[in-house]
Amino acid sequence: MTDERTAEETAESPDTVDLWVAGTEESQFSPTEEGAQEIARDDSGRRLDEQFGRVVDDDYVFDDEIAEDERMIINMGPQHPSTHGVLRLQLELEGEIIRRSKPIIGYLHTGMEKTAEQLNFSQGGTNVTRMDYLAPFHNELGYSLAVERLLGIEVPPRAAAMRVLLTELNRVSSHLVALATNGMDVGAISMMLYGFRERESILAFFEKTTGLRMNHNFIRPGGLAADLPVGWKDDVAAILEDIPARLAQYDDLLKDNPIWILRTRGVGVISAEEAIAYGITGPPLRAAGVKWDLRKEFPYSGIEKYEFEVPIGTQGDVYDRYRVRVDEIHESLKIVEQVMDSMPKGDYRVDDRKVTPPPRARIDESMEALIHHFKLFTEGFKVPAGETYVAVESPRGELGFYVVSDGEAKPYRMHTRGPSFANLQALPITMADSLMADTVATIASMDPVMGDVDR
Amino acid sequence: MATTAPGNLLITTVERAANWARTRSMFPATFGLACCAIEMMATGAGHYDLARFGMEVFRASPRQADLMIVAGRVSQKMAPVLRQVYDQMPDPKWVVSMGACASSGGMFNNYALVQGVDQIVAVDIYVPGCPPGPQSLMHGILTLHDKIMSGEIVR
Amino acid sequence: MTDLQPVLEALDGDFENVVFEDSLGQIVARVPNAEWTAFAVAAKDAGFEVCVDVTAVDWMRQRPERFEIVANLLSMQHQLRLRITTTTGREDPSVDSLCPLWPGANFAEREAFDMFGITFDGHPDLTRILMPDDWEGHPLRKDFGVGSVPVQFKKSHQVN
Repeated sequence: MTDERTAEETAESPDTVDLWVAGTEESQFSPTEEGAQEIARDDSGRRLDEQFGRVVDDDYVFDDEIAEDERMIINMGPQHPSTHGVLRLQLELEGEIIRRSKPIIGYLHTGMEKTAEQLNFSQGGTNVTRMDYLAPFHNELGYSLAVERLLGIEVPPRAAAMRVLLTELNRVSSHLVALATNGMDVGAISMMLYGFRERESILAFFEKTTGLRMNHNFIRPGGLAADLPVGWKDDVAAILEDIPARLAQYDDLLKDNPIWILRTRGVGVISAEEAIAYGITGPPLRAAGVKWDLRKEFPYSGIEKYEFEVPIGTQGDVYDRYRVRVDEIHESLKIVEQVMDSMPKGDYRVDDRKVTPPPRARIDESMEALIHHFKLFTEGFKVPAGETYVAVESPRGELGFYVVSDGEAKPYRMHTRGPSFANLQALPITMADSLMADTVATIASMDPVMGDVDR
Repeated sequence: MATTAPGNLLITTVERAANWARTRSMFPATFGLACCAIEMMATGAGHYDLARFGMEVFRASPRQADLMIVAGRVSQKMAPVLRQVYDQMPDPKWVVSMGACASSGGMFNNYALVQGVDQIVAVDIYVPGCPPGPQSLMHGILTLHDKIMSGEIVR
Repeated sequence: MTDLQPVLEALDGDFENVVFEDSLGQIVARVPNAEWTAFAVAAKDAGFEVCVDVTAVDWMRQRPERFEIVANLLSMQHQLRLRITTTTGREDPSVDSLCPLWPGANFAEREAFDMFGITFDGHPDLTRILMPDDWEGHPLRKDFGVGSVPVQFKKSHQVN
């Protein structure tokens, strides 16, 4: 952009013009043998085989020593079709091999922890649900559990069961997006359409129940915002019938597909020791062989009543993470079926009038109910001073909420431990000494959601 | 727009043809940032199909795109990146600000977000919602098509 | 405390200055700043293999030491969680980094530095992570405003 040229400069030399005549300059490059190809002789039978691809010389990875200054630092993102949001990677490449990489985050930083200090405890759900936007119910559940622990209240069994139903369906929809984007990034573009097609049926159920397809603000401290709609069992039964058959189709497409296996087996390996040292949780940890699921170890919201397995992998590569996610969809559907069959009757929110608003009809009848309603919706309920850390198992790993209250109606400090934040720290070690083309598959298999990372 | 002079009548028809071609094959640039990006992907997927409007090809390179759907919240760190991508798009280009956070900062009125992407780029259509459903986004895109066809937006 | 797990009993016995508390059913250990690394090493040897999170709280004038640094530890073999906290003052706040013990604390400590201005001694790369590199100020401190702007009404009109 050299539009600005001062008046003095143009006035100084009005007659001299810079002319460049092609071919008169000195050549900067003296041609060498470097980079020249080896032309194979015509009469070698092997040349035809090489052209047809019957014989492949695959030793390009173990080339001769490359000089230090031949490393190239390139930038991937933040605007990139395959980085799952605004993730920026700085890659130091030696040819096609990545020697070092550095994830640079912060391009989606929304100041949610500061905003949480301005909103009162029952408004906090609106803020928190937008962190991990693919699993909004899990965010709300973690936050509500933390606030309820500070308040010292327990939700009724129906509320707990409803929470399990919604979060497990959310796990299914989140893993479907993970499969869809994983497939699309590796090249199976039809997976994108299939994944989102299944997701639509689950989102339709969410819209019927909560009013929104995403970012629901439905699970609140004290219970839920409303009861399940009439006829919810038919909708859930339809989902339960539909999705396993479709999952079988995806297995046909991907599970034993030689192209898929070639691109995902042995790629992006994280060992169990590395995973534990870096604080990685969720499917990447389970694919490495560590059987750790917060729903089994530190159960919450009554999930210990339902029977389900925790799938684990063996090698910790991209293929194992994909299998773990598909198996987790099956397990979540099992849980949903059990919840549907055994949903207890009762209240969907706790009865404590200091926390949950009274039913609208009571406001006309009782002065006390009116006062409670007024105080709850102007100031909000006050939470006794204290601090707590509650973690739930989100589709990405351990999603933890550290909430500190000093006795007011707004949190003094709310910190979210995002699973993708910790999982991204492992990217440099998984991508070291691997090929550039495997980067996309590795990132897709870690399934980061940048809203969770940057908050 | 339509003049009575015979010489200009031909140009007007050409302009109408050009507008028709532009609307029927808009290529969106991938600028999905946050939750709205998921709804944008859902709009491009099978159920709410954007391909019937000629828009299923989301071009990653801004040089090949002419519509930038800013889907999501724009943070202070992302603002220069957004401006650079917008500058790289060739004319004619249009911007749809999708969602509350892109239109006005949304529910996050704080230090970290640019309060509305129209502080940085010129916006043609604002689509409200948090996130706007695929139907709202399509309504916004089709409104943009109408505006281009009618000549209201002249680039 | 008498009802601690045996693992925590051993830790409690080794360190006299560390106070173990029960906070709503969760065990918290208040560690003096000088013994942060020593206690963390002892906790890791006792079986806390995972450092889940490191964060900070700005208590402003409510407490004698302004900043409280909180680390959440997890022991998979014992199925235990332990929260350890330490404090640091208003002038030049700093604490030892947990990165040599748990590499997974890297990003979390960078975030605490970015948001609060707390220096972590021994961190391999203590730079801003969430805010732009040339940002001034530490956003999550209580004396840093929210930065809200008055709502502007734009001249757009609704299309039906």
